[in-house]
Amino acid sequence: MKKLRVATTSLAGCFGCHMSLLDIDERLFELLELVEFDRSPFTDKKECGPCDIGIIEGGVCNAENVQVLQAFRARCRILVAIGACAVNGGLPAQRNHLDLRDILETVYATEASLTAGTRIPDDPELPLPLKQVRPLHEVVKIDYFLPGCPPGADAIWQFLTDLVAGREPRLDAKLLRYD
Amino acid sequence: MTDLETAAHPERLRRVAIEPLSRVEGHGKVTLLLDEENRVQQARLHIVEFRGFEKFIEGRPFWEVPVMVQRLCGICPVSHHLAAAKAMDQIVGATLTPTAEKIRRLMHYGQILQSHALHFFHLASPDLLFGFDADAAQRNIVGLVARDPAIVRKGVLLRKFGQEIIRMTAGKRVHGTGAIPGGVNKALAAEERASLLKDIYDMIAWSREAIQLVRQLFERNLVQYRDFGRFDAHVLSLVRADGALDFYDGGLRARRVDGTTLFDHFDTDHYWEAIVEDVKPWSYMKFPFLRMLGSADAGWYRVGPLTRVTQCDFIPTPFAERERQDFLAFAEGAAAHATLGFHWARMIEMLHAAEAIKELLHDDDLVGRDLVTTGSRRERGVGVIEAPRGTLIHHYRVDENDQVIRANLIVSTTHNNQAMNEAIRAVARRYFDGREVTEGLLNHIEVAIRCFDPCLSCATHALGRMPLEIEIIGAGGTALGRATRDSNGRFAHP
Repeated sequence: MKKLRVATTSLAGCFGCHMSLLDIDERLFELLELVEFDRSPFTDKKECGPCDIGIIEGGVCNAENVQVLQAFRARCRILVAIGACAVNGGLPAQRNHLDLRDILETVYATEASLTAGTRIPDDPELPLPLKQVRPLHEVVKIDYFLPGCPPGADAIWQFLTDLVAGREPRLDAKLLRYD
Repeated sequence: MTDLETAAHPERLRRVAIEPLSRVEGHGKVTLLLDEENRVQQARLHIVEFRGFEKFIEGRPFWEVPVMVQRLCGICPVSHHLAAAKAMDQIVGATLTPTAEKIRRLMHYGQILQSHALHFFHLASPDLLFGFDADAAQRNIVGLVARDPAIVRKGVLLRKFGQEIIRMTAGKRVHGTGAIPGGVNKALAAEERASLLKDIYDMIAWSREAIQLVRQLFERNLVQYRDFGRFDAHVLSLVRADGALDFYDGGLRARRVDGTTLFDHFDTDHYWEAIVEDVKPWSYMKFPFLRMLGSADAGWYRVGPLTRVTQCDFIPTPFAERERQDFLAFAEGAAAHATLGFHWARMIEMLHAAEAIKELLHDDDLVGRDLVTTGSRRERGVGVIEAPRGTLIHHYRVDENDQVIRANLIVSTTHNNQAMNEAIRAVARRYFDGREVTEGLLNHIEVAIRCFDPCLSCATHALGRMPLEIEIIGAGGTALGRATRDSNGRFAHP
């Protein structure tokens, strides 16, 4: 059987969803029999190649996130938003009601713990943050949403093994958590 | 300004970017500027992370904070959970019950165990076991499973054990709710204690094996391991009142490069008298320094496992202490001063965590019922712990309506900002001098960064306003092509 090719990445997330994927524990060995990893934090492949499944944790908080997300969409047959941040922005989106300039000023220029004369970093190598953090589906089409902060390992396992077996993934109530 | 931080004429140099950094937690990138002879003239680790947690928790009720701020990081959420809870203990004026403190310590040791196992087995060890410039397609955990499944299986089970402790103490493996202001919301159940006791001796044995594995790597490659990415630094960590290694509590100890003491048992409630932060325009991560040393250039320092294991007077568990002595004595201190010594020290800490868990599991306080205390309300709380990656500082002010009005967080990886930059510059000087840039060579830079086990969560590389040209180097080591970015940030592949 041909292994399915899977790419994963984290945008404006905390890597907790990737940790939950690893929480399948010994089933990892079984998973590696079924899938091959393309670009992922666990490999040194830096660009996403043509893949069967793309799994993205985290929302979109800067322009570069948009590019990575679009590249995943273009190269992955099935794109999955995993976790609260990818599905609806999550905790990072709490900054959406604040003025970005004000936050940057406080953190880099006026905060009491700073030495004198600092200013907001502005090197061309640095991202231009978006004014608001966005969920993935506001930028590209998403095929599946896996809720939870993070979704449990059993939910991720059920979901992936359903996809690999060519079944429409189904999670019963016990596996669908939102906390 | 340190050597290789800023090139005199960047416009004449060729830019090579390593992005995203892989097999680290979170996003970051390194840029190198090379002259015509392939000599590195500038090397920078950019953390393009900006999230503003400190701002958006303003106005939230204080009891919500330990659950919110742990979402800074999915790898070591327990660190933020506990640092915030310790700060909130001060807000409610509580001194913890023995059960509460021991449950929190158990959770913390569980996290040290899982985080160190994850970093070593899943992320860093492929470099050490396959070679720094081994085939990139093989140099990962999947390649390691094919080569040595027994090692990976132990790594997976060590991590699982730590995660199970977190689940039993916090309700979930990632982002749980165990610690609350003034205590914890759950003790250990008798059957949970029994199930952990069943496996803990394997964990101790496998942690000892992991130390031997790193030791053998040092023995086999002594000169390379001793000198790789080497730099000298001031150091900072918490120590217990008697000088012992302690991840959960203590005072700050700082030593200068020459080994003399700058301060000891410094009260963490006044950390800002010791630590100031600088900002550089090319990174969203700040550059902290020791106030007494005057400036960022003179006062930067290193934190984390290597610092803790070499700075403490002793480790309070027997096997780990013996390993510490062995580590310090190895080849006249060759490992204790080496950047790659981080891996060895990290495995010693994993063993200490396993031993400390074993001791706690034999303590009946773990199944006690006295979980929460309270006292007289205070306005300010500072919580400091040693997280897997180093000293972690949380500082809050709470008003009479129970709302947070100010927050300041200095996370572990931030303390190592300058140190990581020094390590990659040392590698650039030693390995890039005139050689053709290949994928394997670039991985040397990442090997240096992985020593620190940095947590760069949520960061991404970015779009600037300036047009830019990037050379893309493929996984096989060949240049795949060039990309340009116009002033609107659009990419093109000419």
